[in-house]
Amino acid sequence: MSLVRPYGDTQDDGAVQLSFTLPIAWDEAADEAARQLVAKMGFSDVSVVEGRAISAGFSFFVVYARTLVAVDASTIRAPSATGAALSIEQVDELIARRVGRKLKVVGACIGTDAHTVGIDAILNMKGYKGDYGLERYRGFEVFNLGSQIAVEDLVRFARERDVDAILASQVVTQKGSDIANFTALAELLEAENAREGLLLIAGGPRVTNLLAAELGYDGGFGRGTLPRDVATFIARRISDRQPG
Amino acid sequence: MELRIDREAVARARRLAGAIVDPVEDFIERHSTVSVERAVARLCGVDGVDGAGVPLANRLIDALPAREAGVARALGAAIAESGRTPQQVAAAVAAGEALPDPAGTPETALRAALRVHIDAGLARIDAARALRTALLARLPQGEPPLLYVIVASGNIYEDRTAAVAAAEGGAQIVAVIRSTAQSLLDYVPFGATTEGFGGTYATQENFRLMRAALDEASERLGRYVMLTNYASGLCMPEIAALAALERLDMLLNDSMYGILFRDINMQRTFVDQHFSRQLNARSGIVINTGEDNYLTTADAVEQAPAVLASQFVNEAFARRAGLPAAQMGLGDAYEIDPDLEDGFLLQVAQAQLTRQIFPDAPLKYMPPTKHMTGNIFKGHLIDAMFNLTSVMTHQTIHLCGMLTEAIHTPFLGDRALALENARYVMTTARHFGDEIEIKAGGRIELRARDVLSGAVRILDGVAQRGLMRAIEDGTFADIRRPRDGGRGYDGVFAKDAAYWNPFADALAGGAVPA
Repeated sequence: MSLVRPYGDTQDDGAVQLSFTLPIAWDEAADEAARQLVAKMGFSDVSVVEGRAISAGFSFFVVYARTLVAVDASTIRAPSATGAALSIEQVDELIARRVGRKLKVVGACIGTDAHTVGIDAILNMKGYKGDYGLERYRGFEVFNLGSQIAVEDLVRFARERDVDAILASQVVTQKGSDIANFTALAELLEAENAREGLLLIAGGPRVTNLLAAELGYDGGFGRGTLPRDVATFIARRISDRQPG
Repeated sequence: MELRIDREAVARARRLAGAIVDPVEDFIERHSTVSVERAVARLCGVDGVDGAGVPLANRLIDALPAREAGVARALGAAIAESGRTPQQVAAAVAAGEALPDPAGTPETALRAALRVHIDAGLARIDAARALRTALLARLPQGEPPLLYVIVASGNIYEDRTAAVAAAEGGAQIVAVIRSTAQSLLDYVPFGATTEGFGGTYATQENFRLMRAALDEASERLGRYVMLTNYASGLCMPEIAALAALERLDMLLNDSMYGILFRDINMQRTFVDQHFSRQLNARSGIVINTGEDNYLTTADAVEQAPAVLASQFVNEAFARRAGLPAAQMGLGDAYEIDPDLEDGFLLQVAQAQLTRQIFPDAPLKYMPPTKHMTGNIFKGHLIDAMFNLTSVMTHQTIHLCGMLTEAIHTPFLGDRALALENARYVMTTARHFGDEIEIKAGGRIELRARDVLSGAVRILDGVAQRGLMRAIEDGTFADIRRPRDGGRGYDGVFAKDAAYWNPFADALAGGAVPA
């Protein structure tokens, strides 16, 4: 057992900070409403340190409070798709040795999402934060389809080119559109019997590996992912599938 | 503060930009598009949708016996023959009636038949402009940088609540972000809408609802709050027409953005941007160009010359559509990696350079997005540095950065914090830029010099190859677009000898009422 609580300045003080907006005009009663609301959430020692009007009918609050709940950190598992990353040379060498050909990778921002910043960072030669993208690797043949790609078009492309891995990116998360699009892609691949032997990867600032697994993906990559993390994952997974 | 810049290089860049756009203007002059024609129909009073939700403007253009002659002749002939209004003609077409062959009606008769509707359309545009001018005189909007925020709930009624709250919190301009798929729709959706992804559909009714809410707030606050939407994508001219009718104040409108970042056919975009900008010129709408996109998709330090080159090209196209400098909101963005040493100096260099090269343009400055993370606390600090750059270099249109940029479309409270951040920095440092001098030969000046010479090099290369060829070769943002590829190409056509677009004729002189 290793029960943990938030740490303010003392072990187990349970200190948290919250900020939120209430759709009411600000007065002292609004501060009290905010305090009672946070108390109802289960927090104790609630202190509304800032409450003010941000427009005629809305008020904004900053609140400090303590929580008594805790979790047992020793029992929690969230396996990362990101193992120890290999270098470009190591990835290329692994692919050459175990697969013996270039791996075909297709990436797209699926559905209505037009934000290619994530998929571009992973795939484009230039890469992200000084880490070269997959186009730079000798071991990959990369197709970046760009923004607003219908899942039907992505699946058709994947079949026609017989790709090894699909990278689906979602930046916009409004009203669950990312989950809906990820799900639509996974279901279409299943429906077309195209899922087998294919590495299906989800990416985006709100994606976690756990979420991706729940959606039927092989891996999920969230904020801070570098191209080499994805490259290593693809190379290792596909190498592991090779006989011998 | 003042950069010492090479005036001859600036003049050379302008000459090159002119040489780049002139051959494209020849192409534009000889062509029209379905969206241009739909805009003409809408300005004549065609509105509404058929039973299947297809706009009558689309039904009408799709039914033209010869689109090469333009919709105006067909409409004029139908009116002359039937005595109907343009709306009645479009409704009849949607019900299955064929349009009469315009060749059967004398030219003078069909032109005369449409004249009252043309004049009514122009009068609505001019009345909206006059009303804006009067409102701005009575309700001055305050000093630039003008604080600009976005609303993007997908639901116009929620957007309205957020927009009014933002105005009360200090916003001087509110933009309604469009649903992300709308730029690829070859029609303008209809009516008040409550479903959208990453934004809210641009429709005439949504424009009207939002303008009315902001007018009410403007009166209450004693300052005019501006409204912005997007004339980009496949329907640039139609959106410009609807925005003119409903008194929007600004429109995102770039001469190349759709080509590069939305894979819209280049010929379509060039023709569409021209007519949409002619309409913007007449309606007094300030355009916002999209150079920030070069910086979000590639390295911001390397792309700085491309931004400046694009600004020159946007300026050249805008001039040729009759748009005065005071309506050219040329774009730039604060997107340099926050980990880069002296990145702030590079941002100041670029922003000040733009300010001095385009002294009369209401420059549009976009906030950091690419390097924003879930660390909202650091994000708020980066936004503050952006705010400082904007006020010290006298940017005009200031899109407030959100601390939750990388997380979600802004919460109401996020917007309030962003406005507070901008107000604080711009108040405490209001005249900072006027009090300091840039070190001669220092880092800022050298950077500005490099960016300018880099832009001249790009423009030189494009001028030699021609703009369409340069785009095919991937000169801009490393993106290659074929001349006859991309979306909307089938909607481009050559005008025939009988072609008539009465609005283009009226707007061509650039004659704008006082």
